[in-house]
Amino acid sequence: MIPLSYYLILSAVLFTVGVIGVLVRRNAIVIFMSIELMLNAVNLSFVAISKHLDSLDGQIFVLFVMTVAAAEVAVGLAIIINLFRNKETVNVDEINIMKW
Amino acid sequence: MTVTGFFFFSIAAVVLISAILVVVLRNPVHSALSLVLTFFSLAGLYILLNAQFIAAIQVIVYAGAIMVLFLFVIMLLNLDKEKRVGEKHPLQKAFGIAIAVFLLVALGSIVAAGVLYGNKGIHTEARVSAIGNTKAIAGLLFTDWVLPFEIASILLLAAIVGAIVLSKKEL
Repeated sequence: MIPLSYYLILSAVLFTVGVIGVLVRRNAIVIFMSIELMLNAVNLSFVAISKHLDSLDGQIFVLFVMTVAAAEVAVGLAIIINLFRNKETVNVDEINIMKW
Repeated sequence: MTVTGFFFFSIAAVVLISAILVVVLRNPVHSALSLVLTFFSLAGLYILLNAQFIAAIQVIVYAGAIMVLFLFVIMLLNLDKEKRVGEKHPLQKAFGIAIAVFLLVALGSIVAAGVLYGNKGIHTEARVSAIGNTKAIAGLLFTDWVLPFEIASILLLAAIVGAIVLSKKEL
């Protein structure tokens, strides 16, 4: 029997790795993958706490998070393809046309 | 160490190493492949947590559909030939890692404080394994959570339409 805190700590570290990816990497696709990492970290704590509390609501939330993630990936990758079509790059530092 | 403990620690090590590789590796294709490994090992953790349905969905939706989409786009954009441009903001890495460490400390202190509490539900392990994990989730999904379920289908429809509109050259 693994204690709940182990899962939560693993989830926290996984989330932090995702945050580092978003803040440090400049490739839009890798930033996107880091967002997926963060979503998965949250899913892990949902499932762990759901087991801890003898409830299935957390697992149903994971189902909805996955739905939102799938929708997000479909739209986000379409945006990235459009960016590449217009600017010939996916480096987010060079995509600054809306910057003041 | 028990068998469960052995599996937990080995799968957790794979999850962490492959997640770090996603961020560290230079080639986006390699990042995507280690992300697949992360998703697969997370499915293993879900099985350890007695969430077999979520584990199956994780493999099918994340490691299957979403990652195929990622690899497809990377292949389409031909990114591995992208030239390496210099860092525009030299302090970015240091600040990013500092913020992340702060976040990790904050999250860790929440876990260490043990402030997570809540009322126990009715779905104990024995009860769920008697009717089956998938059946139990389906029963909840089509009774208590039926409105969010329908809204999720509308969201997916909107995403399909949005993806087509965005990726069409001209309408």
